[in-house]
Amino acid sequence: MGRLKQQLLRIILASILLVTGILINTDNTTLELAIFLASYLIAGGQVLIKAARSVIGGDALNENFLMAIATIGAFFIGEYVEGVAVMLFYLVGEMMQNYAVDKSRRSIADLMDIRPDYAIVKSGNDLIRTDPDEVAVGDIIVVSAGERVPLDGLVIEGNCMLDTSALTGEHVPREVFAGGEVLSGCINLNGLLSIEVTKVYEESTVSKILDLVENATSKKAKMENFITKFAKYYTPVVAILAALISVCPPLLVRGATFADWLYRGLTFLVISCPCALVISIPLGFFGGIGGASGKGILIKGSNYLESLSKLDTVVFDKTGTLTKGVFEVQEIRSYSMDPGDLLDYAAHAESYSNHPISFSLQKAYGKQIGKSRISGFEENAGHGVKCLVDGKTVLAGNRKLMATMGINCPDEEHIGTLVFVAVDGSCCGSIIIADEVKEDSKEAIATLKSIGIKKTVMLTGDAKNVGENVADLLGIDIAFTELLPEGKVEILERLLAEQGQTAALAFVGDGLNDAPVLARADVGIAMGGLGSDAAIEAADVVIMTDEPSKITASIKIAKKTMGIVKQNVVFSLVVKFAVLALATLGLASMWAGVLADVGVTVIAVLNSMRALSTKNI
Amino acid sequence: MKKTFKLMGLGCANCASKMEDRIGKLDGVNNASVNFATTKLVIEAEELLMDKIIESAKDIIKKIEPDVVMQKA
Repeated sequence: MGRLKQQLLRIILASILLVTGILINTDNTTLELAIFLASYLIAGGQVLIKAARSVIGGDALNENFLMAIATIGAFFIGEYVEGVAVMLFYLVGEMMQNYAVDKSRRSIADLMDIRPDYAIVKSGNDLIRTDPDEVAVGDIIVVSAGERVPLDGLVIEGNCMLDTSALTGEHVPREVFAGGEVLSGCINLNGLLSIEVTKVYEESTVSKILDLVENATSKKAKMENFITKFAKYYTPVVAILAALISVCPPLLVRGATFADWLYRGLTFLVISCPCALVISIPLGFFGGIGGASGKGILIKGSNYLESLSKLDTVVFDKTGTLTKGVFEVQEIRSYSMDPGDLLDYAAHAESYSNHPISFSLQKAYGKQIGKSRISGFEENAGHGVKCLVDGKTVLAGNRKLMATMGINCPDEEHIGTLVFVAVDGSCCGSIIIADEVKEDSKEAIATLKSIGIKKTVMLTGDAKNVGENVADLLGIDIAFTELLPEGKVEILERLLAEQGQTAALAFVGDGLNDAPVLARADVGIAMGGLGSDAAIEAADVVIMTDEPSKITASIKIAKKTMGIVKQNVVFSLVVKFAVLALATLGLASMWAGVLADVGVTVIAVLNSMRALSTKNI
Repeated sequence: MKKTFKLMGLGCANCASKMEDRIGKLDGVNNASVNFATTKLVIEAEELLMDKIIESAKDIIKKIEPDVVMQKA
């Protein structure tokens, strides 16, 4: 018989005896006592044994012992029914509490069920099913449709669509081909992949993420530390008060009876366990962290949830965070020929160059470069290129290049890098190449403001006109431009100093070259963490995808979680103190005491489960 | 070195924080944490003392919550 069934049986038996005892209404007090005592022992025997064991172990002030004393005390003052009923009530409450905790743990576990159970290793012509732990770097593993990729690696054969939602929270599948990288935790939706393993299981993405999330609650929030400390003193203080209340009034106040005040003291004991207070906090925080991880946001500690909920300033790095970090042709301004021809000349002229501008031009051109059309290529570093295209002399480069060649170019207002194109000695037009802002950057800034972020700041090493233009476009309050890496830390220090005591500041970067700034901020947020160990390492909060809008989501999750935790703390404290006060006045029964203890715990646990859900975020 | 254990049957959150507190104070332990939600105990301690620490941790857990079983995770 399972433990749960045994306990249920005991509760039923004890209840029947209790009811019999009440209904029998006999004058034989010995019989009455015997029935109630039997009922009490059937119900509370386990509690008494546990209480005795803990006293021997030197840890007297625990739940079992306090409950034992309270109920035995009730028997002493002749309140048999109360003694049995309180014990029964307590057990039922405990069962409900265990059920609620279990359910909450299971939903957390489901959410984080991204651990691969097995790997299929190719050995000669055989396929061997093994533990992912036992696969070595260089082994070839096979992943069929519907299976989870167990280890990080490179695809050597096959292609398929991958569901990365376990890692990114993103439901749009991603396509991989031979030569591409795959990360553990993704699910192969179709096709068959052969993968060469590049990382052992412990180093693989999935195990790193799980490790991070599971250990996140070891970095505790201030509120959590406060409650742990409070709980440490709460029980002894209430126990001492219980003793004083039972003994002092009968001795000092005329007419106060010992039995009456002992009853009040015993009620104190029933409420002296801090469990409701303590239990809901780790479950709430963990729920929030688990819920966030389901959306592709890794939060490395409860303390960061707390800071996120208090943010009032968000500082962004520009390139790669708010912008794509990829330079693209933004505009073609043609003076004398068709813009398509201008791009054709420019792309061909630059085709032998390794400069990023060359790649941007090729990409915008989008067609095969006719290498045979080009001859006499010359590159002048820092200026541009010169060559013959279709027999015509083509120059592509900046104003300096044109000036040295004696070609006049018109003044141009522009943001970004300007490439002039001259054909046969006359300036034919210009091409503007710039970094593009991400699709959701503007919306992200707007939603941040709507959820109470007072100040948004952008830091960039880029030129003033480029930086300020991006800031204007996105609606960012302050932009600091032309910064060196040290400059970024300096500005952050200044912003932190301007900050109010209770508020917090976050820095958002790509986690690659802004580690010092990430470390200095109250919360360091790295974007695009998927596949980037450096970003995962450096930041306090890692957003797996590249979307700035996830920052808003993480703040919302943090606020919701903190709200739930606060509700639980306030609710359980208010109920406990109210019952303590009523008990002192003789208005609360021991029944109310049990309700204040286990009832509140169950409600708090159920409430903390709400932190898991991120549906409306 | 870091070792992780599963605490089967961990039911009381206050007990969890008591365990964390006492194991953390053992000689040679750099950090101990009990995650009530996943019922996992992580001990970071000096390698040489680890075996002794694990034994002491088992004792502490038994005393605080007798029904809890500490297993290797």
